[in-house]
Amino acid sequence: MIPAAFDYVRPTTVDEAVAALAQAGDDAKVLAGGQSLLPVLRLRLAEPAVLVDLGNIGELRGIRADGDGLVIGAMTTHGELAALGEKAPLLAQAAETVGDRQVRHRGTLGGSLSHADPAGDLPTVAVALDAQLVLAGPGGRRTVPASEFFVDLFTTALQSDEIVVEVRFPSLAGWGTHYTKVNRTAQAWATVAVAAAVRRENGTIAEARVALTNMGPTPVRATAVEQALAGQGPDAIEGAAAHAAEGASPSDDSSASAEYRTHLVKVLTRRALTAACAG
Amino acid sequence: MANVSISVDGTRYSDDVPPRTLLVHYLRDQLGKVGTVVGCDTGNCGACTVLMTDPDGVARSVKSCSVLAVQADGRQVTTVEGLGGDHPVQRAFHEQHALQCGFCTPGMVMAAVDLLSEVEDPTDTQIREGLEGNLCRCTGYVNIARAVKSAAAEMRSAASVPEQAAPAETAPAESGVAA
Amino acid sequence: MTTAEVGRARLRKEDSRLLRGRTKWTDNITVPGLLHLAILRSPHAHAKISRVDVSAALDRPNVVAAFSGADVAETQGVLACAWPVTEDIVLPTYTPLAVTEVRHVGEPVAVVVARDRASAVDALEAIEVDYETLPVVLDLEGALAEGADLVHADKGTNKCYTWVFDSAVAGSGSDVAAAAGEAEVTIQRRYIQQRLIPSFMEPRSVIVEPGGPNGETTVYSATQIPHVMRFLLAATTGTPEHKIRVIAPDVGGGFGGKLAVTPEEWIAFAAAHRVGRPVKFTETRSESMVSAHHGRDLIQDLTLYARRDGTVTGLDVKLIANMGAYLGIVTPGVPLLGAFMYNGIYKFPAYRFECTGVFTNTTKTDAYRGAGRPEATYAIERIMDELAAEVGLDPMEVRRRNWISHEEFPFTTVAGLEYDSGNYEAATDKAMSLLGYDELRAEQEQRRSAGDKVQLGIGISTYTEMCGLAPSRILGALRYGAGGWESASVRVLPTGKVEVVTGSSPHGQGHETAWSQIVADQLGVPFEDVEVLHGDTRTAVKGMDTYGSRSLSVGGVALAMACQKVRDKAAKVAAHMLEASPDDIEFSDGAFRVRGTPDVTKSIADVALAVFAAHDLPDGIEPTLDSEATFDPTTFSFPHGTHLCAVEVDTETGETAIRRYACVDDVGTVINPLIVEGQVHGGVAQGIAQALYEEARYDADGNLLTASFADYTIPSAADLPDIHSDRTETPATSNPLGVKGVGEAGTIAATPAVVNAIVDALRPFGVNDVPMPCTPERVWRAIQAAAPTQAAAPTDTAAPAEAAAPAEAVAPTEAAGPAVPGSPHGVTGEGEVEQ
Repeated sequence: MIPAAFDYVRPTTVDEAVAALAQAGDDAKVLAGGQSLLPVLRLRLAEPAVLVDLGNIGELRGIRADGDGLVIGAMTTHGELAALGEKAPLLAQAAETVGDRQVRHRGTLGGSLSHADPAGDLPTVAVALDAQLVLAGPGGRRTVPASEFFVDLFTTALQSDEIVVEVRFPSLAGWGTHYTKVNRTAQAWATVAVAAAVRRENGTIAEARVALTNMGPTPVRATAVEQALAGQGPDAIEGAAAHAAEGASPSDDSSASAEYRTHLVKVLTRRALTAACAG
Repeated sequence: MANVSISVDGTRYSDDVPPRTLLVHYLRDQLGKVGTVVGCDTGNCGACTVLMTDPDGVARSVKSCSVLAVQADGRQVTTVEGLGGDHPVQRAFHEQHALQCGFCTPGMVMAAVDLLSEVEDPTDTQIREGLEGNLCRCTGYVNIARAVKSAAAEMRSAASVPEQAAPAETAPAESGVAA
Repeated sequence: MTTAEVGRARLRKEDSRLLRGRTKWTDNITVPGLLHLAILRSPHAHAKISRVDVSAALDRPNVVAAFSGADVAETQGVLACAWPVTEDIVLPTYTPLAVTEVRHVGEPVAVVVARDRASAVDALEAIEVDYETLPVVLDLEGALAEGADLVHADKGTNKCYTWVFDSAVAGSGSDVAAAAGEAEVTIQRRYIQQRLIPSFMEPRSVIVEPGGPNGETTVYSATQIPHVMRFLLAATTGTPEHKIRVIAPDVGGGFGGKLAVTPEEWIAFAAAHRVGRPVKFTETRSESMVSAHHGRDLIQDLTLYARRDGTVTGLDVKLIANMGAYLGIVTPGVPLLGAFMYNGIYKFPAYRFECTGVFTNTTKTDAYRGAGRPEATYAIERIMDELAAEVGLDPMEVRRRNWISHEEFPFTTVAGLEYDSGNYEAATDKAMSLLGYDELRAEQEQRRSAGDKVQLGIGISTYTEMCGLAPSRILGALRYGAGGWESASVRVLPTGKVEVVTGSSPHGQGHETAWSQIVADQLGVPFEDVEVLHGDTRTAVKGMDTYGSRSLSVGGVALAMACQKVRDKAAKVAAHMLEASPDDIEFSDGAFRVRGTPDVTKSIADVALAVFAAHDLPDGIEPTLDSEATFDPTTFSFPHGTHLCAVEVDTETGETAIRRYACVDDVGTVINPLIVEGQVHGGVAQGIAQALYEEARYDADGNLLTASFADYTIPSAADLPDIHSDRTETPATSNPLGVKGVGEAGTIAATPAVVNAIVDALRPFGVNDVPMPCTPERVWRAIQAAAPTQAAAPTDTAAPAEAAAPAEAVAPTEAAGPAVPGSPHGVTGEGEVEQ
């Protein structure tokens, strides 16, 4: 109920934040929106010595156009992402499904990606869209593609003294997209979810992106589905969706079994692709 | 200790708090704002919901158990005790019998106020999804949905006739509550 | 007496403070010098405690005291079970703090008392406990087996009791064994009532303030039972009863979950006396999930015997009920409250019920909304659908052929209960219309013909329940330790206001409003002039508290009786004031009048003022109108209803959406329709939640896996449907108000309506059961496990459902989804026969 005591640092620049993390070593936690961290602290599942609060760093907020794409600050909330609407439809649709309104008012893009919960929605969208994450550390900044950022369960490419600064999402203008999710109750994390994006040309699917939520320790790109669809018409969706679980390693947990997840992901992939084609 | 300056229900407070102090505990234990309650420890029940301004100054619903008091520094917080007692949502909850034990009610009311600040004419689905962050064990939500719908209608009609006096009391004559 | 208030949709007096946040939840209350408790709990499901060392905790900042069970062994008292259901029941010793052994995860082991809660919680980390783990008992049938590990080694068995009811022995029916021998149709089913967690929204909280002006101890607690608590504190801790005051302030929901005497309350009592200062303990939700008692958790083995025409000839019920590690206040009796309800609304000639209670290393079970009756209603309403499917009858028709028709009331059932009144036909007709039954059946047919991936099902639950707990003699016969009466007192103040004191203890049910309505009519005073006091044993000195849907049908009747006494006293004074004979005085339209001169009146307020001054009272009259009454019901009350649920089942994902939920309930005379409807809504929501969402689960080591609201998924508004509810009103004949009670009815009715609907949707696939909660995965597995329908004659004996078994699952063709039979009707006798 009550977190263990910690020291609190409130940097106003990225460099200050990085310095605070470097100083604290492994015993610090980054506070972004706090929607995942606060419950963990309250249950004393973690007792960090230092909390570094990113909430006052102006550079981490804001959404700007960059060429065709968007660059979104790490402290952008799920609610702000959902409000993007047609400017980033897949991202907006997925963000709208996160938690509930209160959670979406506080939870952040950077926090969600850094937390890397296998059942998280935004990591999947980042992978589907081939997003690029800009990280800042004591040695400067580096860019890591989403495909390399998610390493394992709750584990990313972030070093303990790095933070996510912003995320570049390439534009999928003209693509049809859809995010579909099954969960036990409305607030619950996804049992399984599918992000689908299709680029249509002359009635065929020129290119498809399909990424899966909670079908493994990290988001899964359903490349077998993508390949089965390339250059095909929408009637190939059903056959392609049958490959959705290939390369995935879903777990048995209290929400569902691996066997059910394997079945479900095929159904959801078919439905997400169908909706994306219609959109 | 960290120093915080937080405006709550229109009054600015200044305190030194241990950084681990949750906003809800600051409100309850330090400020005596016991109208906001704690119902769980995983951020699911929403009973602790208050409004808090975001960095752009827009008031948004937040779960005060999942916000540290230090994160509320410089912000404005509105609890159920800051609604005035006669807010259309409070009136609608009363008229529609949208509360039984009342424990979830402050959070539910604040969440409804937030929803209606963004969606003026919500459908039943939008109401139910808009309140998915607030758990109630007593009412089964039917009357809560009715109350939000009714409050939305009243707020829309009040907004559309700004020059007139406050709309006539729409409550049925049965009110058991002193005005 | 007027009837201007009873039946009126009065808005609630309770609302103002609740809507403004000026609430007195126990955790909101503070007293000078208050200290805070934190409790160290066992991480093991079963272990010996060899050492507890609190010395390091005592050194922590702000810590006033720390102690273990051994330190308070003499003073902490024991937790009592008030319902030892059999003579040879095994009653384990249950101490608030464990002393030498822990038997479930979460059992309290040590306590820190500190200046503030954070310091107390921090200091817990400094306490050292040495445990030696012992084997963990979890499986119910395994626990009963020869040579099983024991939860209570000193008792030599895990069997708590076996309790039997046999209609042949009781004389209320014939012999089930004979029915078995002659049966044309035998249906055997095993159903699992999964463990639930009541999940009231207000976490439990207690403040104990010793050393009052008269040496009394005041206890504030978020409890449903302040009076019972006072009695039991006195009986078990040695503190004299007249030196204990218990106050239930605002209480945020209970649902039976706060019908308890809790280890935490007893620990706080011991701690406060040990340190000589007031202490508060408020649980976290995580603590609540493991420490507050759980509900249900039964294995139900049912055998129904019937004729080919669908009339039932006998019912045999065998339960194995999980007690948990200890016995709470009514733990062993909860399944037995359902014992008289498995026959439901039906005229069964023969009935046998047997229940065995079993200890396991889990949190104890105890009352949870419905307490025994939801389990019974689930079983009978499910198996009646199975009977219908077996004999090829419409499920509503099977019910009609077996239920008590309204001309047959009062009707004594095979379980020996006399149902006073009811009208199942009227409620059912109304509910079918409210649902749009015929149109939905037609749509179901269309979807079946079309092989639609989303199938429609309609579930029926025709229920009655026994509530208004309870006639004290029957409680005594059932070996329950307390009575079932309720008490009320009414005071008319000189200015004409009325103070009502009720022994009921509301926690959301609106008694302040409903009782005001009753008194307003009974005494002819304005609704606003009635003040209802409750919950404080110093004010509401006498009561049996609130649970079992008893407050109105027992407490409300006591209130009416007290009002009658007030009127009787006042009539004598009024006669004197009107210079008439008391025989010529009548009370009508809210005032006393002389028969024949209706325009000359005296109100209760007039009389009260006259009595206050006492200048001119008739001889022999005490100058008071104040009256009290205690009512002991002579029978239970029997609300009934018909609940209909239409669901859409996505056969590809297994997801179920409730398309429409309609219910018609008959709770007798309605005092306040808003409150009645609200109770139905809330009850139905919990019943739906059992069907679709909730289950408390343990791992193999006895850890509760669903220990927060993140994992124990109670539904939000987005997870539940609108509920279309209506009423019929058949007054009870068992009390002068004609009321039957409504608090638990929705929950009792709803669960089988939902599950029957899911099974109804999937019968053409060969599914005859989906274990609860019917998660998408379980629905999907049921479809996989069931064989596609074959053209075969129905058999006499249907095997128990094994719908959860994954191993033999027939994998559907991935692209097309599960095989759907092309024929609209189930081609075997297992399908529905559309009427």
